[in-house]
Amino acid sequence: MQILGISGSLRRESHNTKLLRAVGELLEQRGVEFTIYDSLKSVPAYDEDDDGQLAPAAAEHLRRAVREADGLFFATPEYNSSIPGQLKNAVDWVSRPYANGAIRNKTVAVVGASAGMFGAVWAQAELRKVLAAAGARVVEGEVALGHADTRFDEQGRLTDAEIVDQLDALADALIGELEPSRGQLAA
Amino acid sequence: MSITESQVVPAGTWTADKVHSSVAFAVKYMAGTFQGSFSDFDAELRDGQLRGSAKVASIQVKDPNLEAHVQAPDFFDAERHPELSFTSKDIRGEGQELKIDGEITIKGHTEPVEISGVLSEPINDPFGGERLGLKLEATIDRTVFGVSWNNPLPSGEPALSNEVTLLADLQLSKQA
Repeated sequence: MQILGISGSLRRESHNTKLLRAVGELLEQRGVEFTIYDSLKSVPAYDEDDDGQLAPAAAEHLRRAVREADGLFFATPEYNSSIPGQLKNAVDWVSRPYANGAIRNKTVAVVGASAGMFGAVWAQAELRKVLAAAGARVVEGEVALGHADTRFDEQGRLTDAEIVDQLDALADALIGELEPSRGQLAA
Repeated sequence: MSITESQVVPAGTWTADKVHSSVAFAVKYMAGTFQGSFSDFDAELRDGQLRGSAKVASIQVKDPNLEAHVQAPDFFDAERHPELSFTSKDIRGEGQELKIDGEITIKGHTEPVEISGVLSEPINDPFGGERLGLKLEATIDRTVFGVSWNNPLPSGEPALSNEVTLLADLQLSKQA
């Protein structure tokens, strides 16, 4: 099973990317192959005129990565009470063409981290809405890492046991959603 | 007093002539009623029991993007639940008016449903067969079946009603 992680924050020291790494460790303990997508920044703005056979290489790269994954784990920060523009733009690319977009029927989970106290809960709700509208199968559950600047040690490891437990439960929920669909496909 | 099934609907096996039948739904959306239909369905009246099914992939609405949306996981979830189905448990009625109790399955959820029906007397068709008409109407709460998509209007009210009317207008041909 392959899970793709997408962090909505592009900066090198991103709390959300660190949160995804913590998710990755938990998934790998379950025998899941986990990769964090590292080229989100290069995806150009969605423009239908550029889409089709000759879609930009960076957008095709993203679509291929999403298509090849069994499921996805998103981590989002909160910008102006919502998700970052580049993350929304990425979802827009993978949702087109609508009936056959790369994200369609993909099982996805959403978590979020913020330096403030609320852990990007509004952005997470917005991202779930956007992903469902794009045709994804959105797993119930939220993990909100507030005060994220104080929750990782020097090696970038998550120090909050409660959050680790919540990530654990969400990872189980994602895998639980994926396994029956794999069974159905095999049947 | 309920009348037994065999007295209410004709005996034998009657199957839907799909070309001259329709299965549809109607739901309040914003200021009006939004309607759609299923092009691929089956219905059969056999020995007093009515069964029907419809393929989610065959939903027809007037916009291809919307057609794709209603098949996504937050609507009917066609990938996991490709079919809607109905089975009657009890058919009561007098004359042409029917009340049908049964179970309907949508998105993997099976719930009891009461259907109002109008049955027409069998006629001889021009092709040497016998056929009858059966019109069915039921109202369900879509959220009970996990079909819960919505968006708010500027007033905060939901744009799409939870109450959905299911409609079937069937011509059933008698099988030899």
